[in-house]
Amino acid sequence: MHELGITENIVNIALAKAGEAEATKITQINLVLGEMSGFVPDCIQFYFDSLSKDTMAEGAILRFESVPTQLRCRNCSATFSPQDTLWSCPECQGRSVEISKGRELYIESLEVE
Amino acid sequence: MKRIEVIQNIMEANQTIAGRNQKLLNRHKIAAINIMSSPGSGKTSLILQTMARLKGRLNIGIIEGDVASTVDAEKVQSEAKAVVQINTRNMPESCSLMAAMIEPALQEMPLNDIDLILIENVGNLICPSEFVLGEHKRVVISSLPEGDDKPTKYPLIFVDAEAVIINKMDLLPYLDFDIAAFRRSISGLNPDAEIFELSCKTGVGIERWCSWLLQQAGSNPTDR
Repeated sequence: MHELGITENIVNIALAKAGEAEATKITQINLVLGEMSGFVPDCIQFYFDSLSKDTMAEGAILRFESVPTQLRCRNCSATFSPQDTLWSCPECQGRSVEISKGRELYIESLEVE
Repeated sequence: MKRIEVIQNIMEANQTIAGRNQKLLNRHKIAAINIMSSPGSGKTSLILQTMARLKGRLNIGIIEGDVASTVDAEKVQSEAKAVVQINTRNMPESCSLMAAMIEPALQEMPLNDIDLILIENVGNLICPSEFVLGEHKRVVISSLPEGDDKPTKYPLIFVDAEAVIINKMDLLPYLDFDIAAFRRSISGLNPDAEIFELSCKTGVGIERWCSWLLQQAGSNPTDR
């Protein structure tokens, strides 16, 4: 639903970095995407194909590494994966938790020619 | 074939502009509040009630974000110092305001004459949680007809909020909304969040919310 804006950013960052490295073609963009972030990979690829047309990123494959959500209990510091929608600590049953992983959204690397 | 390490946050462009917006606001000693909720929770009603209560105490500017129409801007026009309507229909994101939309809106406002800017985000519990705008505080409204499970279903938006408003409290006798369960979910996700129970219809609880806003604006009404 809100992928167009971030896909523009992906294209801009990739073109700038590849330009700095004097590449002529971007073949793959490796992205890291947290499970909690509301972005849909297929949707990003769809916008990417259209936004990258006539640039050196045209035809590049987007590879997404998904980071599972990890929570940390504020009470006993245990880390755990959320079960369903209930965010309670399996160690102490505490309900006060913070998100330690799962909000990532960054370009990890590019593969270029 | 060559590999280039990048490690660059994709949201960085938005965060950079948000930082610029906040600097501009700080220079003019303006507090900005980003109000988020699903459609129909009462964002516009809250803004109207707030303006009525704070009339003569704070000069309020309003930024209205909607996919289309100027309906909300027209509703708040008469009481606000300045109103800017942003229609997101033709923007890169239609489901949320972004920092780059706020920047030109601020240029249109008489910033020297404003103490507080209320930003009404697009009605949506998902997308606005991803985009900072340059605001000082984030507020989420949940209204009783939506049910008490919204923090569990849409945790991100509640995790980052400084305040959570439970609106339409006048409907409590008619609905099965469990206030204690809702409060428990919020304090689990975000123990520091202020929680306000209020009704924009009857005005109950608005005073406490307005006191909080006055605090944010760093303004003691008797000093004005």
